[in-house]
Amino acid sequence: MQDEVNDVLKAFRVGDAAAFETLFRLHQRAVYGWVLRMVRNQATAEDLTVETFWRIYQGHARFNPERGFEGWARTIATRATLDWMRRQRAETELTADVAAPGGSDPGVAEEIRRKTVQAFGRLPPKLRVAAVLAVVEEVPHKDVAAALGISVAAVKVRVFRALRLLRRDLEEQGIRP
Amino acid sequence: MMERDDEQMRSLLKQAMPPMADEEPQRDLWPAMRARMTARPALPHWFDWALACSVLGFALAFPAAIPILLYCM
Repeated sequence: MQDEVNDVLKAFRVGDAAAFETLFRLHQRAVYGWVLRMVRNQATAEDLTVETFWRIYQGHARFNPERGFEGWARTIATRATLDWMRRQRAETELTADVAAPGGSDPGVAEEIRRKTVQAFGRLPPKLRVAAVLAVVEEVPHKDVAAALGISVAAVKVRVFRALRLLRRDLEEQGIRP
Repeated sequence: MMERDDEQMRSLLKQAMPPMADEEPQRDLWPAMRARMTARPALPHWFDWALACSVLGFALAFPAAIPILLYCM
């Protein structure tokens, strides 16, 4: 089995389209799930999954089979998501369906929830991604660091800055967390 | 104090934005991927070329305006 996977990875590296399709089908769910955690919108996550695999397809020659496909794909997916976030207007992001799965804690007033989500959407994309993965999704810091291509310490700094900016934004709106 | 504030913000954020459930795409994404792979690269519109030529011509005619243009971008 492992030999088969290695053969597929080697074939992909030299540009084999069939190997790419195999990898796409093997990893699309993982990539989609990772992107969904950051963008919190199914349609956007689907588009960004395709965009991620398009970048993977174009960058096949840069792939190092020894480093594994999943981590590489995750890094590319994170970059694609950051690029998408930079193109978006802060006001249009993380809208209504942001809290769809699971539902919110009824103890949090709807108004505060809405303003928190909006304020979160106004954070710089780099801080937003670090915070949503590390705080909301509770992804281990080392995994966030690997996906962002930064150190664990840098992830902690980004999360700290994100929370501080979020607090300041909410306080300016008269909300004292 | 700082740590307590930090914990409060974490808690508020998690309540406002619950973690996403582990989901699959709602459709097979391979057809979209294949369409992207087989699509011909889009050529720039003629208007884009005309605009680029105009800017280049303007920059050659008025080189002193380049810093102003860069500042405006």
